[in-house]
Amino acid sequence: MNFDLSDDQKMLAKTVADFGKKESTVERFRKLRDADGLGFEKATWKKMGELGWLAIPFPEEVGGLGGSFVDAGIVLEQLGKTLVPEPYLSSVVLGGHALWLGGSPAQHEKLLAPMMEGDTILALAFAERNVRFDPRCCATTARREGDAWVISGQKAFVLDGHAADHLVVAAMSDQGMQLFVVDAAACERKTVRLMDGHRAAHVTLRDVSVGEDRRLTARPAVEVLERVLDFGAAGAVAEGLGVAFAMLWTTVEYLKTREQFDVKIGTFQALQHRTVDMFVEVELLKSIHTESVVRASEEGPERTRAISAAKLQLAQGGQLVSRQAIQLHGGVGVTDEHDIGLWFKRMHTLVTICGDESAHVARYAATMDAS
Amino acid sequence: MDLSFSPEEEAFRQEVRAWIAQNMPPHLKAKAEQAAHFEMPEVMEWHELLYAKGWVAPHWPKEFGGPGFSATQRFILGEELELAGTPPLSPFGLVMVAPLIMRFGSDAQRQRFLPKILSGEEVWCQGYSEPNAGSDLASLRTMAVDAGDHFVVTGQKTWTTYAQYADWIFCLVRTSTEGKKQQGISFLLIDMKTPGVEVKPMQTLGDTPAFCDTFFDNAKVPKENLLGPLNGGWNLAKALLGHERTLVAAVGQTRRNLRLAKRLAAHHLGANGKPLLEDPHFRSKLARLEMRLRAHQMTNYRALAEQQKGHHPGPESSILKLVGSMLVQEADELCMELMGQSSLAWHDDEAVEPFERWVPPTFCYDRATTIYAGSNEIQKNIIAKLILGMPGA
Ligand SMILES: Cc1cc2nc3c(=O)[nH]c(=O)nc-3n(C[C@H](O)[C@H](O)[C@H](O)COP(=O)(O)OP(=O)(O)OC[C@H]3O[C@@H](n4cnc5c(N)ncnc54)[C@H](O)[C@@H]3O)c2cc1C
Repeated sequence: MNFDLSDDQKMLAKTVADFGKKESTVERFRKLRDADGLGFEKATWKKMGELGWLAIPFPEEVGGLGGSFVDAGIVLEQLGKTLVPEPYLSSVVLGGHALWLGGSPAQHEKLLAPMMEGDTILALAFAERNVRFDPRCCATTARREGDAWVISGQKAFVLDGHAADHLVVAAMSDQGMQLFVVDAAACERKTVRLMDGHRAAHVTLRDVSVGEDRRLTARPAVEVLERVLDFGAAGAVAEGLGVAFAMLWTTVEYLKTREQFDVKIGTFQALQHRTVDMFVEVELLKSIHTESVVRASEEGPERTRAISAAKLQLAQGGQLVSRQAIQLHGGVGVTDEHDIGLWFKRMHTLVTICGDESAHVARYAATMDAS
Repeated sequence: MDLSFSPEEEAFRQEVRAWIAQNMPPHLKAKAEQAAHFEMPEVMEWHELLYAKGWVAPHWPKEFGGPGFSATQRFILGEELELAGTPPLSPFGLVMVAPLIMRFGSDAQRQRFLPKILSGEEVWCQGYSEPNAGSDLASLRTMAVDAGDHFVVTGQKTWTTYAQYADWIFCLVRTSTEGKKQQGISFLLIDMKTPGVEVKPMQTLGDTPAFCDTFFDNAKVPKENLLGPLNGGWNLAKALLGHERTLVAAVGQTRRNLRLAKRLAAHHLGANGKPLLEDPHFRSKLARLEMRLRAHQMTNYRALAEQQKGHHPGPESSILKLVGSMLVQEADELCMELMGQSSLAWHDDEAVEPFERWVPPTFCYDRATTIYAGSNEIQKNIIAKLILGMPGA
């Protein structure tokens, strides 16, 4: 067994980490959060395209760099540390993987390639209001009219849907679930501000007509969605690992400097043990994250099990870290001024999207071996 | 042993319930219905109604304008108010400083301050914590220098909740640097309009301006505003802590949260298209919380029965603070989980149902419950030392 990154992968991790330290600090995220714009910058997205980060996990035959999902995980982990707000998870992992898995070569060329360049943004529109993480619960409909498909319905919390050029929309037809790539401009979109400072869109499709060339047919839509949501879950865990790591070490540093009762508060054994608990959870997260990004591209039950186990660890361990990080900072941890709260809020999003704790435990339990 | 309330107590509960139903203004009811955050003017509006009814200070003795309630009546009133979701009154005047003024104040101070606390004409805030004196409160450095008939106060207080709305602040200040840290502390009442007092509100994690930095720059405070003896402030502070901890037992708040959780569970559908309330997994999560809350509630009742016998809240009140704050957070976390993706929305009235809007900001802000009023770590230190008698603790 070998858990080591290759030299190329180490290089990638360092490049993205340096980018976070120099060009996209938490301060940058905070400014963009508080400003009226998109919450991120298209110029930075373009730059990520030029650096090849957006093409990394896709195979060469669709114009990608032929890396693996492990590489996407490396990027996401580093982006999480400084809360880089560009839509990597939503556009590369969710929208991009849906197009890759479901699309034809022509669709890859026309719709996926520009996203990999950083020229466009893709979002996945599957969720609907008040329905939990089951993409098969879908009230949006698609009906055939001549050569075209007419789609009607509403999608909720489309991550980065406010800024997307194209939406991959799940809709129910008389032949079952279908996926379509819809121009965002053809939909009504309302921007929703999220707790973590990112944005999403509530999308209304009123008889939006798309050609057959916009239907994704390479694989059954339900299969594509299931796999994409698994990539999304593994991606969320990767980013969450970066977030947890940043919170752990920021807290350890704080305990080494903050003084009360004439000593560093890190000398209190109760607090030492608490940070040890946090550290242990981050190590567990790192291990199961590794398994989940490795298996994310596999078929079969070991993939879903590893990813669900990773998502549980994020929910339990990751949130233990984010809650205790605030606690150990005392009053300053409850201010909006301190970075701890920003990581705390991002952690909640990552825990919630692509299946929360209960959903993943239920899925794991359903496929668990009897002995 | 008898765990039931007496018929008179039950009748009192019904009276309170009926009064709230008839007298809570519709716009406050609407906010309560949506589990919304009350702004200070709304809190004071409710304060005035309770004042007119004579119920605004159930724990005050009759001689100062209280209703002369028993401990159980006080508890029932508090519980009914919390269950109805009425605006939580500002505790700093009514619950914190007033009992100290009654116990340690001169007649002149009692007459000057108590009536206006009762009527709500003057709003108070608490100036204890400083940037470098939180858990270790005794190391506070805000100085009050003797200048004949007044003190000159200079320094900084922080995390001062709702200082921007306050007319008065009660402060712990340093009046001597000799001897043990605790011995040089005095308790001062300071008019917020005093030149040199400046308030800077800060945003909390819930995106509400709920606390402030409070600065003192050569603020002149008349000597008659010293409460209790010079350099005797630490004893006043200790007397107050017990009150503060019983405040945060938060039984009513958690019960209201639990009710909100059930409402969310009825509203959100599971994967099978049925409400989560019918899903065995989420039902057992709700049940667990309710069961833990029951044990907490009974602990609260036990403490109450002790108070009824005339005992002051002792170190056991740390248990109430410890458990109450954790249950508040657990209930928030469950509400967030029940909301699923809707829990990502932030102060957005359209993206979620109106009654859901305040769940995420409350979830964030309530991380503070295990920090303020003596952090949970400090509560555990108290229990280890004063109840368990641990060596060296
Ligand atoms: C929302 C909010 C409202 C507040 N309102 C007010 C107010 O109105 N007026 C006011 O005066 N104050 C107020 N406070 C301040 C509050 O009382 C302090 O935050 C609290 O006492 C902790 O102090 P600190 O923030 O300096 O943290 P610190 O004391 O620095 O503590 C940091 C961490 O170390 C832990 N720790 C410290 N000492 C020990 C020890 N000996 N053993 C083990 N662990 C330890 C703490 O538990 C905490 O986890 C408020 C705080 C919050 C969050």
